[in-house]
Amino acid sequence: MTALDMIRALAAQGAQMFLVLLAAPLLTGLVRWVKARLQRRRGPSVIQPYRDLLRLLRKEAVLPETASWLFRVAPYVIFSATWVATALVPTFATGLLFSWSGDLIAIVALLGTARFLQALAALDVGTSFGGLGSSREVMIASLAEPALLMLVFTVALIAGTTQLSAIAEHLQFEQVGLRVSLALALIGFIIVAIAENARIPVDNPATHLELTMVHEAMLLEYSGRYLALIEWAAAQKLLMYASLIACIFFPWGLAPAGSGLAHYAVGVAAWLAKMAVAGCALALFETVTAKMRLFRVPGFLGIALMLGLLGTLLLFVSRGL
Amino acid sequence: MHGLDFDIAHMLAGLLVLVSLAMLYQDRLYALINVLALHALLLAASVAWQAWVHDAPHLYITAAIALGFKAIAIPMALRRMIFRLGIHREIEAVVGTGPTMLAAIALIALSMEVMLPVTAGIDPVSREDIALALSVVLIGLLMMVTRRNAVSQVAGFMSLENGIVLAATGAQGMPLVVEISVAFSVLIAFIVIGIFLFRIRERFDTVDVEALDAFRGDRV
Repeated sequence: MTALDMIRALAAQGAQMFLVLLAAPLLTGLVRWVKARLQRRRGPSVIQPYRDLLRLLRKEAVLPETASWLFRVAPYVIFSATWVATALVPTFATGLLFSWSGDLIAIVALLGTARFLQALAALDVGTSFGGLGSSREVMIASLAEPALLMLVFTVALIAGTTQLSAIAEHLQFEQVGLRVSLALALIGFIIVAIAENARIPVDNPATHLELTMVHEAMLLEYSGRYLALIEWAAAQKLLMYASLIACIFFPWGLAPAGSGLAHYAVGVAAWLAKMAVAGCALALFETVTAKMRLFRVPGFLGIALMLGLLGTLLLFVSRGL
Repeated sequence: MHGLDFDIAHMLAGLLVLVSLAMLYQDRLYALINVLALHALLLAASVAWQAWVHDAPHLYITAAIALGFKAIAIPMALRRMIFRLGIHREIEAVVGTGPTMLAAIALIALSMEVMLPVTAGIDPVSREDIALALSVVLIGLLMMVTRRNAVSQVAGFMSLENGIVLAATGAQGMPLVVEISVAFSVLIAFIVIGIFLFRIRERFDTVDVEALDAFRGDRV
């Protein structure tokens, strides 16, 4: 590889990293805006999350008296772990410079790290809401993670690898045909994505009602730049799940490895279109669904686990074991 | 039989198993019956697809029977029965959805483990149809075991019968006489169960079969 190739490869990878970083609040804004329109409100503009982030970054951070160093460090770790996870998911191209490290299990682990620190930081200040939020969050996570891993295995069995970029290429170019396992995995992935991103029906991102909040309860003590980082990480996580589902199940338009600028432009346009569709679909789903009771969440996530198991079993049948 | 033909057959049979699982999850009777109708509809689609692919016109009759009797007539009759029994608002206390689901998954795995080695060397479509049909049958049995409401047990029985029909079509279809007599015997069984249900209700004021236990005499 010549130096020029190296620079181009680095530039493509860098573009991918900063694209997801900058596009994340836009998706959140879009979902909020579409939801407001569906409820016949005007709603804030789609770029409102950027303004919020900017304002929070400028504001002074107030720390609780009981906060330890962990409380201050956690937002940075959460932000960086989530950013890395998001940047590893192929958005507009496969086969980028760091694609070899974009392993599905690594991504699950990175998200797990972020969640662990968030729960720990919420417990750190010793308020009752923090404890309540983290206990609920960990309950949901302990159900969502096995389901997610099971679904990862289903997809990995079809593609023969857990590396996302290779999976996307396999599903894009090989004749995989019509697979019932993939359909099951898609539904399962959507269920896990809804639960992990604290969306309706598992959690309501727009409420601060103490009976129901899960994710928000953990952030109550954060302010200023810390809050901005955590909010930004949450936006990236939403974008990550949307890109993940798009790149596994709808890999059309992804630029193959080593293609030119024109391919990349097509890839970016296709990705933006997919994200817009995902945002609108999420907003529509959230508008027509009611939040479920916390004790029904295990059943909801159980469906995802079951779909993963069933998908894997059906794969064995179609392969003849 | 290859490529897309196989994929579609596999998908329909796989969806049938999925709907069987969905049936286990329902705790409202009306929802359960809707799922049962969907189950029969998928069976009809699956059988019709086999008929098309294998060019076996007699299977269309099987599909028509599945569609007419099981997807339309029996669900309608069940709905009326529930209404007349006055249990249409009842929510059934399903004994632990989670463990039941896991048991169902284990049964699916078991049926594949048993069926796939036994049927090695035959047409792949028949193979997977038989393996999936066995899991539908086992899930139907599981449903009959775990439910306390007699109407849900009937639904379990009906889904079990759907599994048997799927297996039969997988084995290149059965003679038409057998097919029609099976369909009618199921219908007769349904009528007998229906009458029986009303008798149970008359006598015990409930269709919860747990109430029958008290009349079993001395328990060991």
